[in-house]
Amino acid sequence: MAAEILTITSGKGGVGKTTATANLGVALASKGKKVVCIDADIGLRNLDVVMGLENRIVYDLVDVVEGRCRLRQAMIKDKRLQDLYLIPAAQTRDKTAVSPQDMVTLTNELRDEFDWILIDSPAGIERGFRNALAPADMVVIVTNPEVSAVRDADRIIGIIEAEEKGPGKLLLNRMKPEMIERGDMLSTDDILDVLAIDLIGIIPEDESVIVASNRGIPVALETKTLAGKAYNNIALRLLGNEVPFEILQYKDGFMHKLSRLVRLGGTR
Amino acid sequence: MMMITIKGIGESLQVFVLEQDWNTAYPSLLEALSEQSEFFQGARIALNVDSIDLDLEDIQVLIEELSGRDIHLRAIYSTSEITFGSAAQLGIAHSLPSEQLNNGDEPCFDTELRGEEAIFLQRTLRSGQSIHYPGHVIILGDVNPGSEIIAGGNVIIWGRLRGTVHAGATGNADAIVCALDLSPTQLRIGSYIAVSPGRRKKIKPEVVRLHNGQLVAEEWQESRRN
Repeated sequence: MAAEILTITSGKGGVGKTTATANLGVALASKGKKVVCIDADIGLRNLDVVMGLENRIVYDLVDVVEGRCRLRQAMIKDKRLQDLYLIPAAQTRDKTAVSPQDMVTLTNELRDEFDWILIDSPAGIERGFRNALAPADMVVIVTNPEVSAVRDADRIIGIIEAEEKGPGKLLLNRMKPEMIERGDMLSTDDILDVLAIDLIGIIPEDESVIVASNRGIPVALETKTLAGKAYNNIALRLLGNEVPFEILQYKDGFMHKLSRLVRLGGTR
Repeated sequence: MMMITIKGIGESLQVFVLEQDWNTAYPSLLEALSEQSEFFQGARIALNVDSIDLDLEDIQVLIEELSGRDIHLRAIYSTSEITFGSAAQLGIAHSLPSEQLNNGDEPCFDTELRGEEAIFLQRTLRSGQSIHYPGHVIILGDVNPGSEIIAGGNVIIWGRLRGTVHAGATGNADAIVCALDLSPTQLRIGSYIAVSPGRRKKIKPEVVRLHNGQLVAEEWQESRRN
């Protein structure tokens, strides 16, 4: 059982990396996989809050790296699912506390025990991002349909390609079909035109994400929500299933599916 | 005699120092870099000092001076063992120049038609990537917003131009820029700057050149003579 290590990054801050990490973790675990999520955003930790596990933190990533505890002691088990764990970041330190090599060593220790290791990368292109990228087998780049986010995503993809971890897969978060139809928002095609990498998923703008975040109950646990369903579809794709892309819209209380043929951008 | 020459070799920019005395060569080098400061800004250069001996301090002073001009020293090529050792100690790429020393030879063409040096890249330039080249630059791919090309010669893009391009950056006002989709963030030829007039509906191949002190974009037509 050699784990697949997936780093979730974006360049731009606030696009949905932490939400994606939490929800993909939940979605994969709910399909019977053994998953551990690692928060690499040292100093500005959020993954614990989004997963609703902040009250149970005793040890964190920096404690493990600096040898104050064993790896097992820092792992928090999510009681809602069979095999979902979190290694939280430290809040009182910063990203220089951990090195890329530390991350590789730590994840190597976890490889035999788990099916998936998800690493929540901080925003930016400096040390924290480098830490999160070092052990990755695969990279998911999260972006919003918004020019600055796409610009930053392009930068990140360039860096990942240069580090030979590329090309990565794209997760489009916070899409609003009505705005796209009015021409007020970048469409999937507009974005793939620039970024030219494969798409792994489209998450529609959904209020239930904010509600879920505040409650510490990841939205992927609620498969009746649009975002929840979309995250579960991404998990299915990660597991090798072919799931057609849909932009899900709430309409008159029903889930109105708009099937779209999305052109997959290949690498050039 | 020319003490400092600049060449694009393969994908990199090399600066050749032909003077054998570093005390004379160093100020000449800085002068050459200052004269074309815009071209070199942000560039990564390799320095070929032939048999000049450079100790640790010489290189450190040089690096500091260069970084003040936003120039990054990528490598030092030299036949001097002392220079070789100093570079190694500072962790700078270094090697014996061998083929790189033939700075006087013209490339061999099997034709009497005279060509010019160009670099060709088959890729899309992503945000944050940049190319500095003293000759012509040809790209088969897109130039994304946030990327830049700074060329001494012409810039030909068989793709979408959405980033920043500077053609004729070493002072050539006759340089041109061609693209299949001309939507640059900023475009410069020589010392003239222009921005895109705004999103046009039809995407068509265009050429930009300097005409009476203004940068003008014209649609590419087969019958157009050059």
